[in-house]
Amino acid sequence: MPDKPKIGFYWCASCGGCEESVVDLAEDIIMVADAVDIVFWPVAMDFKRSDVEAMDDGSILATMVNGAIRTSEQEEMARLIRRKSKIVIAYGSCAHMGGIPSLANEFPRQQIMDFMYEGSPSVVNPDKTRPMLSVKHNSMNVTLPEIRNLVRTLDQVIDVDYYIPGCPPTPKLLKDAVLVLLSGKLPPKGTVLSPDEALCEQCKHKDTKPVDVSFKQFYRPHMVIIDNTKCLLSQGVICMGPATRAGCEALCIQGNMPCSGCFGPTSRVKDQGAKMLSSLCSNISAKDEEGIDAVLDGIPDPVGTFYRYGLASSLLRKKIPEDV
Amino acid sequence: MSDNNNKLNGSPQTNGAAVSNGTPKIGFYVCHCGHNIASQVDVEDVQKFASELPGVAVSRDYKYMCSDPGQELIQKDIKELGLNRIVVASCSPLLHEHTFRTAAEKAGLNPYYFHMVNIRENVSWVHDNKESATKKAKDLTRAAIQRVFFHKALEKKTVPINPDVLIVGGGIAGITAALTIANAGKHVYLVEREPTIGGHMAMFDKTFPTLDCAACILTPKMSAVKSHPHITMWTYSEVEKVDGFVGNYRVQVKRKPRYVNEELCVGCMECIDACIYKEAKYPDEFNQKLSKRKPIYIPFPQATPQVVLFDPETCIDFKSHRCKKTCIEVCDREAIDLKQVPEYKEINVGTVILTTGFKTYDAELSPQYGYGRYPNVYTSLEIERLVNASGPTAGEIINKDGIKPKSVGIIHCVGSRDQKAHKWCSKVCCMYSLKLAHLIKEHTGAQVYNFYIDMRTPGKGYEEFYDKLMTEGVHFVRGRVSEVTDWALVPEEENKLTIRVEDTLIGVVRRVPVDMVVLAVGLEPRVDADDIRRMFNISCSNEGWFLERHPKLAPVSTFTDGIFIAGGCQGPKDIPDSVAQAGAAAAEVLSLISAGSIELEPNTASIMEDHCSGCKSCIPLCPYSAISYIEDSKKAYINEALCKGCGTCVAACPSGSITQNMFDDEQIFSEIDGLLKFAGIELEETEGEHA
Amino acid sequence: MPDSEIKNNYEPKIVAFFCNWCTYTAADLAGVSRLKYAPNVRVIRIMCSGRVDPQFILQAFASGADGVLIGGCHPGDCHYSEGNYKMLRRFRLLKRMLKSLGIAEKRLRLEWISASEGEKVKSVINEMVEQLKVLGPLAIPQSLDKINEELKEIPEEEIREEEPAHA
Repeated sequence: MPDKPKIGFYWCASCGGCEESVVDLAEDIIMVADAVDIVFWPVAMDFKRSDVEAMDDGSILATMVNGAIRTSEQEEMARLIRRKSKIVIAYGSCAHMGGIPSLANEFPRQQIMDFMYEGSPSVVNPDKTRPMLSVKHNSMNVTLPEIRNLVRTLDQVIDVDYYIPGCPPTPKLLKDAVLVLLSGKLPPKGTVLSPDEALCEQCKHKDTKPVDVSFKQFYRPHMVIIDNTKCLLSQGVICMGPATRAGCEALCIQGNMPCSGCFGPTSRVKDQGAKMLSSLCSNISAKDEEGIDAVLDGIPDPVGTFYRYGLASSLLRKKIPEDV
Repeated sequence: MSDNNNKLNGSPQTNGAAVSNGTPKIGFYVCHCGHNIASQVDVEDVQKFASELPGVAVSRDYKYMCSDPGQELIQKDIKELGLNRIVVASCSPLLHEHTFRTAAEKAGLNPYYFHMVNIRENVSWVHDNKESATKKAKDLTRAAIQRVFFHKALEKKTVPINPDVLIVGGGIAGITAALTIANAGKHVYLVEREPTIGGHMAMFDKTFPTLDCAACILTPKMSAVKSHPHITMWTYSEVEKVDGFVGNYRVQVKRKPRYVNEELCVGCMECIDACIYKEAKYPDEFNQKLSKRKPIYIPFPQATPQVVLFDPETCIDFKSHRCKKTCIEVCDREAIDLKQVPEYKEINVGTVILTTGFKTYDAELSPQYGYGRYPNVYTSLEIERLVNASGPTAGEIINKDGIKPKSVGIIHCVGSRDQKAHKWCSKVCCMYSLKLAHLIKEHTGAQVYNFYIDMRTPGKGYEEFYDKLMTEGVHFVRGRVSEVTDWALVPEEENKLTIRVEDTLIGVVRRVPVDMVVLAVGLEPRVDADDIRRMFNISCSNEGWFLERHPKLAPVSTFTDGIFIAGGCQGPKDIPDSVAQAGAAAAEVLSLISAGSIELEPNTASIMEDHCSGCKSCIPLCPYSAISYIEDSKKAYINEALCKGCGTCVAACPSGSITQNMFDDEQIFSEIDGLLKFAGIELEETEGEHA
Repeated sequence: MPDSEIKNNYEPKIVAFFCNWCTYTAADLAGVSRLKYAPNVRVIRIMCSGRVDPQFILQAFASGADGVLIGGCHPGDCHYSEGNYKMLRRFRLLKRMLKSLGIAEKRLRLEWISASEGEKVKSVINEMVEQLKVLGPLAIPQSLDKINEELKEIPEEEIREEEPAHA
């Protein structure tokens, strides 16, 4: 019997939700486990880096990496995985677009470190202790990974073959992806393995959106009681659905919450936030600056609203410090 | 490592898949434009630079690209070298894009594989540092060369021209244009706001420099308009709404109620005699309020149409409903209808000529001349009425006290060439002042003084007319009048108006006492010119005159296809110029009608049906309702016939599922990329500022 | 080189999007009138300011523009009725968003310039160039390159000793 294809899972700067989503395959996980040989999955099984290093280059069929890249260790692991894998899949919003961790790109590294180790009200650190890259301890050289200046997407560090979007991806997308890998009928490199159209296509409220939506006020979800039978945008609640790739079956909307954009843009869009901004603003009803500004006050945090999952992959990628 | 920013459709090098018409073989041509470009841009350097850019098969510079040999150069290269993209760096695309597209087309290349770089209006004419101008020309060139990678073959879009024409304004320009077009057998709708056509010219007595009688030459034309089988004349009417585009404008016209049935009234004016007001007691607008009219009136004897109208503001029956209505009793044609309401007409026309005219400067805004304070200070238009045989005094020039003036001062440039009023020269005032001087002298024998800054009399027979006036004994004083005052310093000034002026020819300040002062008021745009031009979607100059497409080469066209302008609405001009422009506008209209259709830029947008999610964001954005939501497919759909190519929906589509011919995302992104490719070089020393 | 000197010596790059009917025509008029203005602007002609996709603006900044200028018809004058209003609305939010991303307000400018305002093309461009010179280079690609130097693979033995990680 020929060897089963080898599959790996790895995580970088992520919350663990993506790992959960693998477990969420439920019974299907048995199908996956039967069909493949999982050779690397630190969250679930005991593998060491040296085990991976010992593998032949290119011996893993595919590794799914979730999480953004923030530290030197994550970079090294990403490169290692790249060497060992025929196919690397960026799995989940963080690997795909930077995800929520990349909102940290709104602040310089220094500011984050200062706050975490001294400024935060819950921190007591009279000696101003900071992590060191390396220290001699009992004549041993103990090292820590370096926090990089930027949070990066996986493809900003290594070459990526495919993307499975979502925070986290749905089990269906994962299963479909595994089936595609096993079938050997691979899509063109760079494909995002989810339908290339906006979420409205899959949304149950699609028919309820009027053709003449005209925004007079925007609301955040906590400010209104959302009518669960109607398009959220038509209620003035910012739903990223029109600018977000389909594939999740509009799960959040089924839970009566607006889409926040975790699947990222379609292939025709370079910058999801800019496109959503353009679409929303174009449809504001006011024509004078004052009136427009009053409506826009309903979006107090545009970066957090439009780039919640994708600041690292946006055109600007980060805040420019001190350009005032 | 792959950078996310380049992952998508970025520079041409990273995305060959989108390229049509085979591997790009670009021909690049840079024009010297004589010295116009070459003096400020190192064209050889640009040519050399372009020759090294990816995709460029041939790069040349030439003295005049727009000349026949220049165009033939392109055509020869297309045929011999198999070029499939052409970029020309020369003047503005607004000027010669069409020239080069046609040239490419004649050589067998789809014209939309051409792109133009503006290195004259945008570079050589506005910069005076050759090094930076050359650098800019190179950046623009690189952007265009990257852009044409993404050009596609497009079909020209043609729309049929509805042969019916709308003319707005029934002055001499509108009348001329209407007759010219109607005589060619095309139908004209002539819409005039006032109760009669004729405009300002109908108020004049004589016209300069020939002194022929204005009425004698105008009224036959007015009657011709009225009786012309191809002219629908709507007076006392205004355009309310305009929709559509060249070839197919939908226009709504409001016909204001005259309270008299225009079809039935024959203009016998018996109703006016029968009015219970025996005396006329309301100011007559046509006579510049120098005489009175009744609530039922006709503006002037030759008014066209010869139909009376009611002024509901002054008619007793409208105010109290207690009039005996003697007017109705006397009208045996039962033409009077006091219950008339506004009527709205919807018409479809292919082209429009705006001949909405001008207004004269409000002399009260220059208080130093005493207009409105001294009864014997008149505007030139008032004198036109006074001197007119059908005017308030039957042609007698007398002051308001009934006394014939023995001396008259005409003050030029009132409201014109004045930093405090209008900076422009109103062009007609010198000549009409000379005419009025002649007429006043002829009618009264008074001493007539002209106070002028410069005498401007260019025109056929104009200078000769000025010479004639000098031999007639009219006085000319060169200098801007500082003040008109009734404050007498010497006995000769008692009961006179004294004109204070520095006579700059003899270098003294003079005081000239006169009996009557005439202010030669300038011409300015009509108060509601702005509303009109917005309705017709055309631009205006800073001063408010309607803006022509090109001051020299397209003087009656506008930036909106199918809308033309003529006469005083475009800028101050006299009757011959207005008539000439009206003829030109009529010719433009007839040429469009004769062609039967017009080619429009095929820059329409379209929905990528496979990708549209049906989010409906684009639908309300279209000003032409070209986008609709198809319930069956649950996707948006753009009707190309209605799309005018603004691209607003393309920019706003949140999933990038709308494309636009000629201005597609990848074309513009490649331009941005091309412009900035070497943006970093001069910044090396500063890098890391934000690190 | 001291900061002030860099700022004086540098020539900002402005990418401009001019609508065909008003501002582009005004720029042509400036040319025909031989008005002289700073050579720092590169114009992209579009049919309407409503075509300006915010992505274009971000792309321009990301590719090295120091400023982006959008020129459209005056309110009420849009050749396409209301495209300029749509741009105005995007502009108002873009400005707020760019501010939170650290891009100075003056780097993005929206101006209504009618076809007859050649003089305004000149004054707006000159003024913007002056303002950008005061701000200094934005240089996003350069600063990103600099940051990306940290991505270079460092051989393990060269890891620095006893150095605070993030001083």
